[in-house]
Amino acid sequence: MNVLAAIGRVFLGFLQYTGRLTVFTGVAVSHCLRPPIYLRLIARQMLEIGYFSLPVVGLTAIFTGMVLALQSHTGFARFSAEGAVATVVVISMTRELGPVLAGLMVAGRIGAAMAAEIGTMRVTEQVDALETLSTNPYKYLVAPRIIAGLLMLPCLVLVADIIGVFGGFLVGTYQLGYNPATYIHSSWEYLKPIDVISGLIKASVFGFIISLLGCYNGYNSRGGAQGVGQATTNAVVSASILILTSNYILTALFFNK
Amino acid sequence: MTTPKIQLIDVHKSFGPKTVLDGITADIAPAESFVIIGGSGTGKSVTLKCILGLMRPERGSIKVDGEEVVGMRARDRERMLEKFGMLFQGSALFDSLQVWENVAFGLIQGRRMDRRMARDKAMEKLSQVGLGPDVGDLWPAELSGGMQKRVALARAIATEPEIIFFDEPTTGLDPIMADVINNLIVKCVKELGATAVSITHDMHSARKISDRMAMLYRGKLIWVGPTAEVDRADNAYVDQFIHGRAEGPIQMEIRR
Repeated sequence: MNVLAAIGRVFLGFLQYTGRLTVFTGVAVSHCLRPPIYLRLIARQMLEIGYFSLPVVGLTAIFTGMVLALQSHTGFARFSAEGAVATVVVISMTRELGPVLAGLMVAGRIGAAMAAEIGTMRVTEQVDALETLSTNPYKYLVAPRIIAGLLMLPCLVLVADIIGVFGGFLVGTYQLGYNPATYIHSSWEYLKPIDVISGLIKASVFGFIISLLGCYNGYNSRGGAQGVGQATTNAVVSASILILTSNYILTALFFNK
Repeated sequence: MTTPKIQLIDVHKSFGPKTVLDGITADIAPAESFVIIGGSGTGKSVTLKCILGLMRPERGSIKVDGEEVVGMRARDRERMLEKFGMLFQGSALFDSLQVWENVAFGLIQGRRMDRRMARDKAMEKLSQVGLGPDVGDLWPAELSGGMQKRVALARAIATEPEIIFFDEPTTGLDPIMADVINNLIVKCVKELGATAVSITHDMHSARKISDRMAMLYRGKLIWVGPTAEVDRADNAYVDQFIHGRAEGPIQMEIRR
C-alpha cells in the first residue's frame, strides 16, 4: 500500500508541477505579447544568451563536426561509402547536432544562470520589491528572457552549424585526405533548405524551453541558498529533458512523412 | 468621520495547517504612524504582504482609501501600488542596478520618467537620507548594511508615496545607525505627510517612530493604543515584550 501511495504522491506532484508550469507559461507569454516591452532588458539578455554563449557553443560544434567526420569516415570505409562523409556531417549538424548540442549547452549555461538570478531575487525579496514599485515581475524579469531566448538560439545554432561543418571540413581535408573542392561540393549538393530551417525552428523552441524553465524554477524558488541551488538544478535537468523530448516530436513532425 | 487610509477587517491567513493571521482588525488613519510589534514568526510581515497584495488572505477584507484590495485585478493592483513605498527588512536592493538606478526605479518603470530627470531626483533623495552623489554611481554590493538601508529608504520615498511600509527597519544595524534610520524615517514621513506602517521588535525604534502601536501575538492583535500608553497597557504579554523579559506568558507558551 505504501508503494501505491508513493506512486500516487509522485503522480499528483507531477500533475501539480505541470499545472503550475502551464499557468506560468500562459501568463509569461501574454506578457511577451502586451506592451510595455522593455527593449533595453531584451537587448541585455540577447547579449547574455547570444554573444556570451558563442565560445562554449562554438567549441562544442567544432569538436562535434570533427568527431563526426572521423567516425563516419571509419564507419563508411567498411562498405566503401567514404564519399558520403561530407553529406552526413552537414545534414547531421544542421538537422540534429547543431540545435540539440547548442540547446543543451545553453541550458547548462543560461538556464542555470536565469534560475539562480531570479531565485536569489525571490529569496532576498527583490521580486516583492519590484511589485511594490509598480513593476510586474513577469514583464520585467520573465518576458525579456523568453523573447531573447526565442530569438538568440536560432542565431547560435546557425553559427554552430557553420562551425561544425567547418570542423568536419578540417578533419576531412587535412587528416583524411579529401579534396577540399569535392568536400564542399558534396556538402552543398545534398543539403536542402528544410535541413537548416528545421534546425532553426527547433532552436527557437529550445530557446523558449530554456528561458521558460529557468525563469519558472527561479521564480518559484523558496528557502534561501538551498532553495536557489535546487531551482538551478531543476531548471537545467527539466530543460534538458524537455529539449530531448521536443526534439523527437519536432523531428517526427518535420521528417516522418 | 474620515475614511481610514488602511482598514483591515477580520483578516485570516494560513500556511497549510499553521494559522498565521487569525482575524486581524485594525483601522489606520491618514498621516498616522502605526507600528506593529511582536516576536519573530507572529505574522507581522505577512500582514504587510497581505495589504500589498503579495499574499492573499483566505478570509476578511482589506481596504485602502475605502477600496477593497483582496481579489483586486492585476491592473488595478498595479495602480493601487503606486500609492505605496516599502522599505524591506534586507533592503532588497537590485544587485544588477547602480544605486541611483535603484532609487529611481519606481520613477523610471512605474512613472515613466525620463532617465536623466529620474537620476537628478534620485540624487536629491539620496542627499535627503544623508548620502552624497558619489554613492549614486556605486553598486549595492559595495555599500555597508547601514548605507543599504538608507538607499532602500531613499527608494521607498522617491515616488513620494501616500503610504510607506517599513519592515524591520533597524534590524541588523548598530545602535547609532539604527537611531539614524529612525530619525530619517520620522523626518521623511513628516515631510511627505504619508501614512506609515512599520513592523519591528525593536522597542526603541517603535517608540520613536510611532503615533500608535499594536501588538501581534498568535495571529491576533492583542493590544492597540497610543504609543504613550504602551507602558500602562495592563497586558501581561505586552508588558513582557516591551521590557524584553525572559519570564512571562510568552516564554511559558514557547516551553510548552
